Amino acid sequence: MKNTFSFFKKISILIPFVVFIMLAFFLWRGLSLNPNKIPSPLINQPAPAFQLPLLLHANKFGTQKDFIGQVTILNVWATWCYACLIEHSTLLELAKNHHVNFYGLNYKDDESAARAWLLRYGNPYQTIVTDKEGKVAIDFGVYGTPETFIIDKKGKIRYKHVGPITVELWSQTLNPLLSQLQSE
Amino acid sequence: MRNIIIFLIILMMSGSAFSASVNIAHDFYLFNSEEQKISFERLTNQLRCLVCQNQTLADSNAPLANDLRQQIFTQLKNGYKEKDIREYLVARYGNFILYQPPFNYSTFALWIMPFLVLSGGIGFLIYYIKVKKR
Repeated sequence: MKNTFSFFKKISILIPFVVFIMLAFFLWRGLSLNPNKIPSPLINQPAPAFQLPLLLHANKFGTQKDFIGQVTILNVWATWCYACLIEHSTLLELAKNHHVNFYGLNYKDDESAARAWLLRYGNPYQTIVTDKEGKVAIDFGVYGTPETFIIDKKGKIRYKHVGPITVELWSQTLNPLLSQLQSE
Repeated sequence: MRNIIIFLIILMMSGSAFSASVNIAHDFYLFNSEEQKISFERLTNQLRCLVCQNQTLADSNAPLANDLRQQIFTQLKNGYKEKDIREYLVARYGNFILYQPPFNYSTFALWIMPFLVLSGGIGFLIYYIKVKKR
């Protein structure tokens, strides 16, 4: 019994050290996690149904059926959203060079301000719907603009990005995914 | 003495700040019944604001929190049950919106760990005391 006790005593010296290593590991891992990246339960789900007025055509509506038959980039933006302006030049560049359906969702915005904004900075979108009350955005699980969804030809959401689109994100993640979806 | 008085003043101030922040949520809503009001308060205090993640929907003044409170209110008025509304929000924002995560594959360590550590500690203590007595 005495032997086991002395053995026990020896390893018990190590306990604080082991606890420290474990704690340090988890804290270190915590540093590289981004709390703003919340996994969306909508991935691989069909895009929620909606019917919203178009920003640039009076009395016309956009619906989730617009996504069928082509790969779509759905971008949620607003004129009051600072980060949306940051990604805007990237969006313009991408829309010019890539054959994808750029679909804008103008989120909780003033329509005339939105139209003026597009005139001033340029319009990358083929279609823009306005979600003035933000109800459709709730169905899409939007919590921070800008948000970007990649939707496949069947109208299923395949990818979601929160925050501005950067050239790196495009070349490393979005572009490969888009070419994969194009060939599906 | 002075320190005690300062402490009491701070305590009083923090208390009033706390109650003020809790009351933001339900000042503007007219419910059909007391039951609905209780459901509303319970839901908004159990759900996370996704913009300012350390606040509940009841606490937060973020525009999205406001919209979600409005949504919860409308659904309660339309006769939805608390469970339905929780499922509605989880379907859109994921389990992250719940302050109390469900017990499943990705969270079992989170739920089990405290009991494991506790029983391990008790076991260790019993063993240690027994061995030391001899």
